[in-house]
Amino acid sequence: MSNVNRTLEVGTGLFVLLGFAALAFLTTQLPGSSLKLKREGASIHVTARFDNVGDLKVGAPVTMAGVRIGRVDAVNFDPGEFKAVVSLSIDRRYDHIPDDSDAAIQTSGLLGAKYVGLGPGGATTFLAEGGQIQFTQSAIVLENLVNKLFAGMAGKKDGDAKQ
Amino acid sequence: MSHSRVTDTFVKIGRVALFLARIGGQCLPALRRPRLVIAQIYNAGARSLIIVMLCGLFVGMVLALQGYDLLQRFGSESALGSAAALGLLKELGPVITALLFAGRAGTSLASEIGLMRATDQLNAMEMMAVDPVRHVVVPRFLGGIIAVPLLTAIFDAIGIFGAQLVGVGLVGVESGSFWSQMQSFVTLSDVNQGIIKSLCFGTACSLMAVYEGFHAEPTAEGVGRATTRTVVSSAILTLLLDYMLTAAYLGS
Repeated sequence: MSNVNRTLEVGTGLFVLLGFAALAFLTTQLPGSSLKLKREGASIHVTARFDNVGDLKVGAPVTMAGVRIGRVDAVNFDPGEFKAVVSLSIDRRYDHIPDDSDAAIQTSGLLGAKYVGLGPGGATTFLAEGGQIQFTQSAIVLENLVNKLFAGMAGKKDGDAKQ
Repeated sequence: MSHSRVTDTFVKIGRVALFLARIGGQCLPALRRPRLVIAQIYNAGARSLIIVMLCGLFVGMVLALQGYDLLQRFGSESALGSAAALGLLKELGPVITALLFAGRAGTSLASEIGLMRATDQLNAMEMMAVDPVRHVVVPRFLGGIIAVPLLTAIFDAIGIFGAQLVGVGLVGVESGSFWSQMQSFVTLSDVNQGIIKSLCFGTACSLMAVYEGFHAEPTAEGVGRATTRTVVSSAILTLLLDYMLTAAYLGS
C-alpha cells in the first residue's frame, strides 16, 4: 500500500516538475529576456561600428565567403558617434582573419534576415580578442534604394523635357 | 422528432451547466483532501506523458518541414524558428494536447465513473451520506484542470525541440537565426495565450468526461456510449472554444 503510494507521489512530483520546467523554458528562453542561456564555445570577440544596421538581430550569423564563422552577440548604440556598435563572436578556429578585413550588413534573399558578411583584407596582422573592424558597410535599406531610383527617374524625365 | 432533439440539446447544455455549478460548490472542500487530487493528477497527467511527448516531437518535426517548404519560397527560411514556436504555442500545442487528453485520460475518467454508476458504488456512497461529487468527481475534474496546462507546456517544449531537430539538423536553417528569430518574435503574451487556452480546454475536457461518466446509463452499453460521447463532445468543445478564444485575442 505504502509502496503504491510512493510511486504515485514520485510520479506526480516528476510530472509536475517536468511541466513547470517546460513552462519556465517557454517563458524565459523564448521571449526576448535577459535570463537566456548562452550557448558559447571558444571564440574571439570583436566589435564593428556601422552607420546603420537595419534590423540585424542578436544571434544572426557572421559569415566569410558565405560560410558561417560566428554570430552577433549584441547590437548597441554609441550615443557619442551616433553609430551602431555590433559585437561579434568569431569561432576561435578562425584566428587568421586579417585585421583590415571589412564587415558589411547583408541580407539573405530579397527580404530575408540580415547577417554580417566579412571580406578579407590584405594585412599580415590578424584580428584578436577585443579587436575592432575598421572598415564597415551599412545595411542597404530597400526603401532608400527605391527612393533613389524614383528620384533618379524623375530627374531623368525633367532632363528629357528640357531638351 | 426534430423538436424533441432541439430541446434535448438545451436540456443537455443546462444539465452540464448545473453539474459544473455543483462541482464548483465542492471544489474547496475537495481541496482539503489534496491526496485525492494528487492521485488524479498522476492518473490524468503523468500517465499521459509518453503519448504527449511523442506527439509533440512529431508535430514539431512536421511543422518544421512544412514551414520550411513554405518559407523558403519567400527566401525567409530564417523565420522558421518563430513560425514553428508561434504555431506550437498558440494553436497546435493547446489543441492537440487537449484532444490527446480527451482520448487518453477523458475516456478512462468517463468509463471509471460510469462503471461506478453501473455497479451502484455511487449510490452506495450516497446511502452512507458521502457526496460522490465531492469524493469522486471533483478530484478527477481538478486533476484534469491542473494536468492539461502542464502537459501543454511539455508538448510545446518538446515540439520546439523537434522543430529545431528538423529545421537545423535536417533542412539546414542556421541555428543562430532559428533561435534569435524565435526570441525576437515570441512575446510573453503569446506564451500566456497558449496557457490560458489550455486551461480552458482542460476544464472543458475534464468537465465533459466527468459529466458523461456520472450520468452514464448503468449498463455495460451505457458506459461504452458515455465514453464515446466524452471524446466527441470534448473534441467539438475544444475546437469551438479555440476559435472563440483566438477571435477574442486577435480582436482585442
